[in-house]
Amino acid sequence: MRLLEVQEVSKRFGGVQAVNRVSFGVDEGMIKAVIGPNGAGKTTLFNLVTGMFTPDDGVISFAGEPIQGLPPHQVAARGVSRTFQNIRLFDRMTALENVMVGRHLRGRAGFVAGMLRLGWTRREEEAVREKARELMEFLGIGALADREATSLAYGQQRAVELARALAADPRMVLLDEPAAGLNMRETADLARLIGRIRERGVTVLLVEHDMSLVMEISDEVAVLSYGEKIADAVPAAVQKDPQVVRVYLGDEEC
Amino acid sequence: MPSARLRHVAVFLAVAAAAQLLAVGAGKGFLLTQLTMAAYYALVAVGLSLLMGFAGQISLGHAAFFAVGGYASAALTTWNLASHRGSGLVAALARAGLLQARTDLYGGSLLTVHPWAAAVAAVALALLLAWLVGIPVLKLSGHYLAMATLGVGTIIGSVAIGTEALGAADGISGVPRLPLAFGAAVTGDSDQRVLNYWVAVAILALAMVLLLNLVRSRVGRALRAIHGAEDAARAMGVDTARLKLRTFVLSAGLAAVAGVFLTHFNGGIGPSEASTMKSVKVVAMVAVGGMGSLWGTLAVSVVLNFLSLRGYFGTFDDAVFGGILILVMLFSPDGVLAPDLRRSAGAAWARLRAARARRRAGAGEAGEGGTGAGEAGAGEARDGAAGAGGEERP
Repeated sequence: MRLLEVQEVSKRFGGVQAVNRVSFGVDEGMIKAVIGPNGAGKTTLFNLVTGMFTPDDGVISFAGEPIQGLPPHQVAARGVSRTFQNIRLFDRMTALENVMVGRHLRGRAGFVAGMLRLGWTRREEEAVREKARELMEFLGIGALADREATSLAYGQQRAVELARALAADPRMVLLDEPAAGLNMRETADLARLIGRIRERGVTVLLVEHDMSLVMEISDEVAVLSYGEKIADAVPAAVQKDPQVVRVYLGDEEC
Repeated sequence: MPSARLRHVAVFLAVAAAAQLLAVGAGKGFLLTQLTMAAYYALVAVGLSLLMGFAGQISLGHAAFFAVGGYASAALTTWNLASHRGSGLVAALARAGLLQARTDLYGGSLLTVHPWAAAVAAVALALLLAWLVGIPVLKLSGHYLAMATLGVGTIIGSVAIGTEALGAADGISGVPRLPLAFGAAVTGDSDQRVLNYWVAVAILALAMVLLLNLVRSRVGRALRAIHGAEDAARAMGVDTARLKLRTFVLSAGLAAVAGVFLTHFNGGIGPSEASTMKSVKVVAMVAVGGMGSLWGTLAVSVVLNFLSLRGYFGTFDDAVFGGILILVMLFSPDGVLAPDLRRSAGAAWARLRAARARRRAGAGEAGEGGTGAGEAGAGEARDGAAGAGGEERP
């Protein structure tokens, strides 16, 4: 059984069929990439998996249970976390606080406990802070903990988002164009980092434009074009697929 | 940092003590009455501040929750059950100790719900109302809560003014004292004026401690996250609808508590307390105090309520608050006492001091200036060096 199983999922926005009967799967411990030209439906697919959108049709199951139609916080509670293509950090909060929000699911303190500041809530807060610090160290941004998150440099903000996404110890993390806006050296760092995330036992699904990154780190690559899946295989096979080549380089007649 | 929070509370209590000594020392002890009322109204404002500044939602009907608390307390503690002694329900309530027998001003015998039982019921009623209003509305993102609470406020206001059993335009008077320990009580009697001032201050201080704790907790952090980027907060597992609903209910509950206590203090309540204009006033105070600044809201609302209650704004009272709202939105939407503004004011003050220090140094020993600028430069260099993932935005 695959960890994530997307079956015949469709989503239409008005007259646009953003995703059309797409099926694919991700095994536990795998790094899988979804690629495709702009407007191919990659981000829509992410939003369907994470509960931001409800599919018109089809089944999405995670760890054997259907999750399509669940609100995002319930999908997150099952162990699916994500980053955003347009960085979505919480403003007026430090980088550390941003990462601490990422651990929300692992905390218990509610309104009453928070107001009374009971002993166990203080210990819980301390543990959350420790975990957030540890993750920021892991991602090499420990020195930025007390800086306001939205004032950081672009690459640093991406790293904070990644730390936030990992903070709740998810089973799978969805990275939406993690290399966008990074230079070559930073992209190489990112490739190593994604490998280390997998070593922590986290399954990775990413949407990416950077071909060299995708081909280097992915175990499997699915290709979307105009909302439909046209290929899904190991990187070497996808690179040779005539249909993929046509989508990316255009027809010979053109 | 608990110490900082407790220090702020200590400062608040010290200011309250100073105000009391000043008022009594100047032979104007009667001012404590308005300060007590202002403190209860401030409780409504800090509760709304939590909702507006941290959950990012506006309630245009907070006076209604205050009024529900006040009216329910007043009605239950003045409704004479003496003639219903025979009924099973009244007998059961009496056995449970929830009733209070006393005599009215003319020596007639009264049997009413005990003030504390009434208080609990009144706050519970307000919480229930807020919950019922909030459930459908807070599932939607956007400012639907403002619309819904405006509707609730209007309904409660017209019920208050139009219901004979609630005294219609006259409201309810003859509300008994709310007994505390050792013969003390929440009452407007002048011999308990100082004590009642401190009861109000203590309730406000307690509410501040609880709210400040909350803001610094897991829930407070999640609320700020919702405010910052709601979709990202949801993706991190934050149940935004639930947190917003609970914040709204808590905020309405604080307004109801204020309504209960102030009604016992005043010995009654009238329909003007439930008016929409009252709700708008509270919104104006939170806006001035600064979204997300509980202390700012507290300070502003105590001062403005006190001035308003003393009649400083005369017949222009409503216009003053409307004007304040416009000015704040135009020039400082984050509030006059907002952290950002305070920070920039603090920075300006630091620059001023550095300049003065430079001048002084320059007077003693020429060519020693520029220390302030040097420090700023060092800070920037450190910030730059901290970069790890990447330095530049493409």
